[in-house]
Amino acid sequence: MKPLFNQQQLQITIERLAHQLLENHLDFADTVIIGMQPRGVYLSNRIVSKLKTLLPAADIPYGKLDITFYRDDFHTSPELHVALETDIPFSLEQKRVILVDDVLYTGRTIRAGLDALLDFGRPESVELLVLIDRRFSRELPIQPDYVGMTVDSVAAQKVKVLWKEKDKKDEVVMI
Amino acid sequence: MSLSVKHLLGIKDLTPGDIDLILRTADNFKDVLQRPIKKVPTLRDTTIVNLFYENSTRTRISFELAEKRLSADTINFTASGSSVSKGETLIDTVNNILSMKVDMVVMRHSASGAPHFLARHINASIVNAGDGINEHPTQALLDAFSIREKLGSLKGRRVALFGDIMHSRVALSNIYLLTKMGAEVTVCGPPTLIPKHIEKLGVKVSYDLRKTLEWCEVANVLRIQLERQSKPLFSTLREYALYYGINKALLDSLKKEIVIMHPGPINRGVELNSDVADSGHSIILDQVQNGVAVRMAVLYLLAGKKEE
Repeated sequence: MKPLFNQQQLQITIERLAHQLLENHLDFADTVIIGMQPRGVYLSNRIVSKLKTLLPAADIPYGKLDITFYRDDFHTSPELHVALETDIPFSLEQKRVILVDDVLYTGRTIRAGLDALLDFGRPESVELLVLIDRRFSRELPIQPDYVGMTVDSVAAQKVKVLWKEKDKKDEVVMI
Repeated sequence: MSLSVKHLLGIKDLTPGDIDLILRTADNFKDVLQRPIKKVPTLRDTTIVNLFYENSTRTRISFELAEKRLSADTINFTASGSSVSKGETLIDTVNNILSMKVDMVVMRHSASGAPHFLARHINASIVNAGDGINEHPTQALLDAFSIREKLGSLKGRRVALFGDIMHSRVALSNIYLLTKMGAEVTVCGPPTLIPKHIEKLGVKVSYDLRKTLEWCEVANVLRIQLERQSKPLFSTLREYALYYGINKALLDSLKKEIVIMHPGPINRGVELNSDVADSGHSIILDQVQNGVAVRMAVLYLLAGKKEE
């Protein structure tokens, strides 16, 4: 098991990602943030609360997206996935969407997420923010716009992002 | 997580875990139905046939909508106008349909046990949409979903089933489901419409409408099914309405709130008066709306069931 981030590094990286978003979106007037269920939501929660301290006046629309019903492996995956809550109480029509997930690997989750997003309206643009980008393992032409850390890994390895709210500590490890 | 069964033949075969999984999955589909685009691509490679050997409005439309909202391909079959009138057997009919690469069968039949019989002879998953006087599992699931949505939970709730318990598949499925999920159930109606020994299923029996209404939190009022009664079991509909019909004056005199449910179609003025059916106490149209989400959950979980 190889540690990639400790708690302090994780915090600094999240702050950097929030500032990078600010650079491109300034006042967040037409921008919304969507966290991917299940584990991208922990990251999007942190990013949104950081943005609130940086932009106390802005009211940033924030939703959560579950892609279970949009998966491309319904018949081939070894187990049936149980859906989690999708909560997007606003239209995405003409909005600039920032999609947030913890780890980008094959790109298939994001592919399903893009499909799901379109059911909530036609966004002006969609950007992707991930904490960990496992490059060289993509199965679809999908690339992130904001990256916490780029990792070279082989398929046998696993990257696990741990969150205090769920796993009792903030840490990123490669197994 | 997946269901313990390959078919949904009846609530009798389900575990409390199965029921909980179906209801939780239905929560997600109810959310899908509120979106601008009320459709997900999940079952786009699945074909489902709706075999209706008996009349139906709500159930058939509800299943068909559920299938379409899941992007499944659907075929509708009704016994009238088919080769059934030429004498084709049930198994032949179904095998011919399945040979055209159909994956699931939703069936309503007037013979109790027809879907169980079919399940022994074909490979496709079967969903029972009502068989004779046996079970109507998806109705009980949507009733439970509606109670849970209105009152927050099923466990410990006091639910009364009123009317034609003898001929009602909705009653039997509701009894199985509610007792499995820890609700208290009383059946109430004239003695001729309540089967003997029904208390062995874990329910209480009452012949007194008023007392039962005073006891319950939810009143699920069932339809008087004259078409299934081979001999008269009460003198007249007017007499039935007098002793067992629920009206606003009666509910007002109880000084408490009761949730009113009915699986439809309503005999207005017989088991339920219009001043109750159309009132704020009634969640009858919520039941119909929830039916689509619950059926989507059943189809999704059965289609995704992995071979062992």
